[in-house]
Amino acid sequence: MSEEMVKFKIDGKEVEVAKGTTILEAARAEGIRIPTFCYHERLTPIGSCRLCMVEVEGYEQPVPACMTPADNEIEVTTQSDLLYEMRRDALKLILLNHPLDCPICDKAGECTLQDLVYEFQIEQVEFQEKLPDKGIPEYATPFIKQWTDRCVMCLRCITACREITGNQAIDIVGKGWDAKVTVVNPELCKSCGECLSVCPTGALTDKLMSVKGRKWFIDRVRTTCVYCGCGCQLDLNVFQDKVIKVTTEHGVGPNKGSLCIKGRYGFEFIHSEDRLTTPLIKKDGEFKEASWDEALDLIAEKLKYIKENNGADAIFGLTSARATNEENYTFQKFFRSVLGTNNVDHCARL
Amino acid sequence: MKRGAKLIIVDPKRIDLVEYADIWLQPKPGNNVAWINGFMNVIMENNLIDEDYINERTEGFEELKATVKKYTPEEVEKITGIDADKLKEAAMLYGKAEKASILYAMGITQHSNGTDNVKSLVNLALITGNVGKEGAGVNPLRGQNNVQGACDMGGLPNVYPGYQPVDNEDNCKMFSEAWNCSCNLNRGKPLTEIPELVNSGKLKALYIMGENPLVSEPHLKHIDEVFDNLDFIVVQDLFMTETAKKADVVLPAACFAEKDGTFTNTERRVQRVRKAVDAPGEAKDDLSIISMLAERFGVKLSNEPEKVFEEIRKVTPQYAGINYKRIEENDGVCWPCPDEEHPGTPILHIDKIIRGKGLLTAIENKQPQELPDNEYPFLLTTGRRYEQFHTATMTRRSQALNHYCPAAALEIHPDDAKKLNINDGEKIIVSSRRGSITTNAKISERVAKGVVFGCFHFSESAINVLTNPVLDPVAKIPEYKVCAVNIKKA
Repeated sequence: MSEEMVKFKIDGKEVEVAKGTTILEAARAEGIRIPTFCYHERLTPIGSCRLCMVEVEGYEQPVPACMTPADNEIEVTTQSDLLYEMRRDALKLILLNHPLDCPICDKAGECTLQDLVYEFQIEQVEFQEKLPDKGIPEYATPFIKQWTDRCVMCLRCITACREITGNQAIDIVGKGWDAKVTVVNPELCKSCGECLSVCPTGALTDKLMSVKGRKWFIDRVRTTCVYCGCGCQLDLNVFQDKVIKVTTEHGVGPNKGSLCIKGRYGFEFIHSEDRLTTPLIKKDGEFKEASWDEALDLIAEKLKYIKENNGADAIFGLTSARATNEENYTFQKFFRSVLGTNNVDHCARL
Repeated sequence: MKRGAKLIIVDPKRIDLVEYADIWLQPKPGNNVAWINGFMNVIMENNLIDEDYINERTEGFEELKATVKKYTPEEVEKITGIDADKLKEAAMLYGKAEKASILYAMGITQHSNGTDNVKSLVNLALITGNVGKEGAGVNPLRGQNNVQGACDMGGLPNVYPGYQPVDNEDNCKMFSEAWNCSCNLNRGKPLTEIPELVNSGKLKALYIMGENPLVSEPHLKHIDEVFDNLDFIVVQDLFMTETAKKADVVLPAACFAEKDGTFTNTERRVQRVRKAVDAPGEAKDDLSIISMLAERFGVKLSNEPEKVFEEIRKVTPQYAGINYKRIEENDGVCWPCPDEEHPGTPILHIDKIIRGKGLLTAIENKQPQELPDNEYPFLLTTGRRYEQFHTATMTRRSQALNHYCPAAALEIHPDDAKKLNINDGEKIIVSSRRGSITTNAKISERVAKGVVFGCFHFSESAINVLTNPVLDPVAKIPEYKVCAVNIKKA
C-alpha cells in the first residue's frame, strides 16, 4: 500500500510529502527554519506559543505551522514582515510571564526563550503586568526545583509526562493569571526528569548537586548508561573534573533522550567518599594499604604457585557484566591464554 | 499503545505496567510452561497458527501439538490459577495479531526449568510466525549494562569470544595461534558450581572483577563458608563490597565515567563508553590492571581500548565489521556485522531461521523444586526494585535513588498480614530451610495471597540467604523466583 502524498509550495519551492505531514515537518525536511518554542519533536503539537505562524495563500489568517497539515496546491510563506512582527509580539507576550533573570538562571546559555529573545532583538519588555507571586512550591520530586515565575505555560512538561512516561503526575491548576503547573499526582512521579529535560526555559532546574556550572563552563561527555541493558545514551556534565549532572540530547540513542531515575540521578556514586583509592592487602585479618607493585606482585606469585601445585583449573575468574567489552575480552584472554583455564564466568544469570 | 497496540502482562505481581495493560494474567510463580502451552492450545484450537511459516521454517510441530493438546485453558487454570476465560482472551489477542512481540526477563529464566520456559516462548512465537520480522520476536530484556557484551566476549566457561565452543579442536587451534599460547580444550565450570568445586578441593583461588556474589548468589550462608575455604581471593571493585571484605587483595577500579570502551546493549547494539573524569586516587581501569598483571607473567596485553577492540574484531565474527569510527557515525552498530560494508543486524532470522529450521520442542510443565508446606507456608519470589540496581553498591550511594527506595521490605498480601497480625512497616523474621533474615513488612496488593516478594539489593536483609540454590540443568541458573518461607513478627 503506497502512502497518499500531497504536493504544495513552500516559499516558492515545490514539495511532496505524505498526507498528514504538518507544514512545520515539511519545512524542516526541506531545511527551511520556522522559529518554534512549544513544539517538540517527540510530543503531539501543543500550539500554545504562536511562534511558528505561517501565511497560506487564500487563508484569512496566518496559521500555526506545527498544527496545520499540508494540503494539495497550497502556497506557504514562512518569512514576511507581517510574520516577523507577529512572532515578535508573541515573544513579548510570553515575556509577560517571564522575568529576565538570566544572570541567576541555570538555563542561561541553553535556553530556547533566551535565544529567541536575542534573535528577535527584544531589548525591553514593553508589556508589564503586576503578576501574583506564585512562590517556589514543592515540586513532585525533591531533585527538581520549580520556578513558577519563569513558567510561560508552554505545556511541554505536562505533555511529556503524559505522552512519554505515560504518567500524569503534573497538570495545570487554576485559570488566567493564576494558572500554574502543579503536581497533581505526586505518587506517580518517579523522578525520571522528562519534564525537566523538555522545559524550554529555566522553570524547572536540577536541584540534586550543590555544585553548579553554567553551560559554557561544562564539558558534556556522551556515554552509555551504566545500569540496565537498554544502553541509553546520556551526557555526563563535567565541571572541574566532577560529574555535576546528566543531560540527554533529544532523539539520540535507543532512549531517544529519555532516562529513568537511575540514568538521570544515579551518578553520585562516582564521587562517593567510599570509593577505593589504593590497593589493599590483608595481613592478619586487617587490610593494609599497598602499592600497585606490591599488590600485583603478590597476586602473580600466588596464582603462579597455585597453578604449579594444583593446576590451572584450580583458579577461577569472575568477569563482569558492568565492565566494558574490551575489559571482558582481555580478562578472559588472560585466564585462557596466560593462566590456561576456561574457568571464566560472570553473573549473566542475575 | 497510543497507536493501537495491545498489551498483555503475565506476571505474578501487579507491576506498574499492569495499569496500562489490556489483559493481566497472574499465574502462581513457577508454572510458566503451563500457561504458555495453554496459549498454544487456544491458538491451535482456533486455527490461528501460521501454517506456511511452520512448514517452511520449523520442525517438530507434530510432537508439540500432541503435548499442547492436554493444556486446555481449564487444565491451565488448575495449575496456574489463571482464569480460563482470561487466558483464552489473551491467547486469542496474541494469536490474531499481525505481529506480536514477546518481551521477557528473569521471571522466565530464574527457574529450575528456565530453559524450558524460554523454549516454550520460542514455540509460541514460531507457530504464529512471529520470529524474523520487525515488531515481533522473542526478546530477552537484559538487566545489566553489558551482560550481552560480557557473554559476547567469552566471559563464559564454555565459549570463546563470539560463542565459539572451547571444546572444539579448530577453535582451540585458532585461538592458540591468535593468542600465541596453547589453549585448554576442557570446558570451564559455571559460577554456580563454585561451591561444589571448593568443597571438593579442586578450586583454590578466585579472581573477581566487579561482581558481588556474597550478596547476589543464592543460599548465601553456604557461599560465605565456601569463600572461607578458598586459599586466595582477589577482588577488583569500586567499593569495599561484602565480597571484597573476604579478599586477600583488593584492587581499586575505575568506574564507567573514568574510562573508554564499549558496552553492548540488549539489542546487541555496540555503543561507546567515554572517559569524562579521572579515577579517584590510584584507582585504575580494569583493562590497565589486567595488563599490568599479565606483564608479571611475561605477557603483553594491550591497555588501549581501541587497540583491544581491533583485536576483538579479528577473532569474533559477529563484531568483524564494527569499529570505533562506525559506532561514532551510526549511533552504535548491532551485531552480527560481518564486514565494514554491512549495516549491522537489528532483527535476527529475517530470511530464514539462523540454525536452519526453527526448533519446536514439546515441553511438559514442571513444578518448582521447593513449594510451600505446613512448615514454610509462603512462596517467596525475588527480584528488583526500580530505584535500586543489583547489590546496590552504586545506587545506595546516590541520594535520589535512596529517597525512593531506602530499605529492604518484604511485600505481603493484606489478608496474609492480617492472619499473621503484622502491621505495615513492622519488623519481621523471614526464614527458609537455609537461613533467616530480618526485614520490614510492606503490606501490598501487588502480590497474591500466599506469595511474598523481596528484592536482593540490601545486604543487611539479604534475601539470598533464603533462596534455593537448585539450578536449571542447562543454563545453570538458580531458582531465585520460587522458594518456601515462613514469616514471624520480629
